[in-house]
Amino acid sequence: MVVRYLGAEVQRMEDPRLLTGHGRYVDDMTMDGMLHAAFLRASQAHAKIRSIDTSRAADLPGVHRVFTHADLGEKYSHRMNQLYPAPVIEQNKTQYPLAKDEVCYVGEAVAVVVADSRAIAEDALALIDVDYETLPAVVNIMTALEDGAPLAHADTTSNLVGKMRSAFGDIDDAFAKADHVFSAGFMQHRGGCHSMETRGVIARDDPWGDGLSLWTSAQSPYLIRRALATWLDEPEERVRVVAPDVGGGFGPKAGFYPEEIVISLAARFMKRPVKWIEDRREHFMSTTTQRDQHWDLEVACTNEGKILGLRGTITHENGAYIPYGILLPNSSLTPLPGAYSIPAIDVGVNIVFTNTVPNSPVRGAGRPCGIYAVERMIQTVSRNLGIDPATVRRRNYVRPDQMPYETGATLRGGAKCIYDSGDYEALLDKVLELSDYSSFKDRQAAARKEGRFLGIGISSCIEDTGMGPYEGTTVRVESSGKVAVRTGAASQGQGHHTMIAMIVAENLGVAPEDILFESADTSKFPHGVGTIGSRVAANVGPSSFDAAKKVREKALKLAAEILEASEADLDIEDGVVRVNGAPDLSITLGELAIKLSPASALRVPAGFDPLLEATSYDGSSGSPIACGSNVAEVEVDPGTGEVRVLRYSVAHDCGVMINPMIVHGQIVGGVVHGIGNALFERMIYDDQGQPLTTNYGEYLLPLASEMPRIDVTHMETPSPLNSLGVKGAGEGGTIPAAAAIVAAIENALEEYGVEIDYYPVDPQYLTGLIDKGTVQAAE
Amino acid sequence: MADTRDIELKVNGESHAASVETRTSLGDFLRHGLGLTGTHMGCEHGVCGACTVMVDGEAVRSCLMLAVQANGHEVTTVEGLADDDGTLHPLQEAFWKHHGLQCGFCTPGMLTSLAAFLRDNPDPSEREVREAISGNICRCTGYQGIVDAALDAAKTMQGN
Repeated sequence: MVVRYLGAEVQRMEDPRLLTGHGRYVDDMTMDGMLHAAFLRASQAHAKIRSIDTSRAADLPGVHRVFTHADLGEKYSHRMNQLYPAPVIEQNKTQYPLAKDEVCYVGEAVAVVVADSRAIAEDALALIDVDYETLPAVVNIMTALEDGAPLAHADTTSNLVGKMRSAFGDIDDAFAKADHVFSAGFMQHRGGCHSMETRGVIARDDPWGDGLSLWTSAQSPYLIRRALATWLDEPEERVRVVAPDVGGGFGPKAGFYPEEIVISLAARFMKRPVKWIEDRREHFMSTTTQRDQHWDLEVACTNEGKILGLRGTITHENGAYIPYGILLPNSSLTPLPGAYSIPAIDVGVNIVFTNTVPNSPVRGAGRPCGIYAVERMIQTVSRNLGIDPATVRRRNYVRPDQMPYETGATLRGGAKCIYDSGDYEALLDKVLELSDYSSFKDRQAAARKEGRFLGIGISSCIEDTGMGPYEGTTVRVESSGKVAVRTGAASQGQGHHTMIAMIVAENLGVAPEDILFESADTSKFPHGVGTIGSRVAANVGPSSFDAAKKVREKALKLAAEILEASEADLDIEDGVVRVNGAPDLSITLGELAIKLSPASALRVPAGFDPLLEATSYDGSSGSPIACGSNVAEVEVDPGTGEVRVLRYSVAHDCGVMINPMIVHGQIVGGVVHGIGNALFERMIYDDQGQPLTTNYGEYLLPLASEMPRIDVTHMETPSPLNSLGVKGAGEGGTIPAAAAIVAAIENALEEYGVEIDYYPVDPQYLTGLIDKGTVQAAE
Repeated sequence: MADTRDIELKVNGESHAASVETRTSLGDFLRHGLGLTGTHMGCEHGVCGACTVMVDGEAVRSCLMLAVQANGHEVTTVEGLADDDGTLHPLQEAFWKHHGLQCGFCTPGMLTSLAAFLRDNPDPSEREVREAISGNICRCTGYQGIVDAALDAAKTMQGN
């Protein structure tokens, strides 16, 4: 009998440890002889460094060394590597680990102090004298490409990183035959990751032992290993990177940071382990964020609201350097045309440098921006033609009979974007029912009589998940009968241990508790890719499934020989292989493992290798496309501009759910991140490039008191692209959220004629629009 | 030379005597002085609540309190919530059951804040729970599992 775990709400195996204070995050670790580092960071957005005097800092008791760019020496004097090279990058600007002679954003690392304690290291920072020559800073993306704009880098003639474009279908024909052409322009602003654990690194260098080891709060330890080894020009085999417990990632921890190089070098020079833990102010200034993206779009449609084409231009703020290449502008374009069958699209992106912290993906990467743009155009069509927004969507969805549906867009890596499965209109029906959409007008009218303004907004999305190429798993039965399971995939709270244990337990025939899970340590598994883009379930799911099945087959084959039974008559349950109908005939998996690896001079059974083990890199043969429809119901106070989210409903399809409880948590958490984008989170720089929001009094994150209850319902349309039928679920909550909230606010304020062209929709901005509407109404 | 003071305090029922720098926060002292790393430092400016511990039973942000201020007081951290035999606190059980945690970083502060809250408000409404944790930021869960866990734990604790 097979014990089923897949599809069950199995409580997480990670939790008892984390609930009792026994997690192991980077700052929880300590090592013999460990020193502590603190970084001096640029106080100006753009300046030449005339000189740096570290002598007073170096003299402070307890300080071991102070390093600047020059102190790292010739061997370590080069810029950071580009991890995502692309032909469209015209100016490939990456930073020096410590600034050389120019700083290009506030927060850029300039020097590092290594001391007996963090407190002493911070004391010493105040004693470093940097002589800056201030240069003009560019901050506003709307003017950054104009002639005479300040330049983000002194040695360039333009702030253009590069241009890219997504174009397919006959766009001219679409606009020529359209009954209507409508346009809209809007700014999208997304903040940072604000994982509750900041970044942090411990490095230890042991040239005669196990080489350079790094414990870092990161999503992609293998990417860091490769990047660091490449930068150092040393073999990957001599660099070990471990991501221990990580307190949230959300994108910005998926990259490779200057601190990972500098702390490694500090450990090397000091011949002692060195720890650096980012403080929250540094997180605001130095951890990559997403920020501004401006869209100007035109939509061509028929009288019935059928969309024929979409064209326009995006201006994308990139910050001062491009550590992620053009990953974000690319993932902003690829979701076009969203959940809809739009035959022609031509949208270009201008990627611009500014003197602000470099830009990185944040939960959903560019997908929330691309989907927001499409959904805004649906709203634009709906408003201008006076057709209900649900109806406009129905008339445009990609239908199930069109699957697999090739949009015309190209995914990063060059593959065609193909929607593999799903029923978008059925999802809409589900969410309309869940949200009592049909009776909303009654609720709205009743509230209006009380002087309250309610609004409702819909948003639909698709999400390309599970990007390749693989995320492998090894499953090995050890002599105790426990099952070691190893993978490269790092977890930042997604419950990988539980998910993988469920898959292996069910398919091997052991209890989930008997699985010894290890991940995200490059010394324990040869290679991995990273926890980004909702890709782990759709890659490590199939690989753990495949590896477990292979181990099972091997165990059954050996057991059949030993028990003198046919494999077909055998079953494995709770780690014991039994002959059906002869319960006394049995052997445990642990005993089989010992048979395969006997003591010296004994024989490994013929036809077997010595390990009851299998490794698989099976994944998804393409990107499984998850989908969802959301409905937000809000109340707006036109007097104060306060927006309160009253209800939020989600219908989501991420294919087969391995653990619905974990999926639910991902969706709800993702929605709240999206509500934060829509209403609260704003990283503000002044016109000199000084960050103005560097604490949680100034930068607002969503709080429990502001969040509604979120109702979630699921469809499970199996993806044909992998063995489990799964699609990613990590970002599907975030991607559609801002568009639903913004549409709901507009709906609430219809009588003021409010059209929102910016988010986060804060009270000041909204009261400005309301006042404008009031004045126009009075005129 | 760093200015230090000798302090004595009880943490999770155990007495400690230590010499601490006057500028050391209670949170840093618990983590790095006593090795109780369950208490997490999230923002170090008193907003995120990850570092919340109980001092004489009251929820306190250990990043805003100095270690020397804890002299003579009794501190409970997340490590002190479960029974000595390992039986989880009803809040810990409920967080586990309701998926009230993902990355686990805010969890210790959520648990200690809610433990103090439920003692004073044994039968709270959902709105009251949401207000009670409005000083604790969670970036992963969207709070829903946490709220459900707190309401469920309240029921369990009333039954006991």
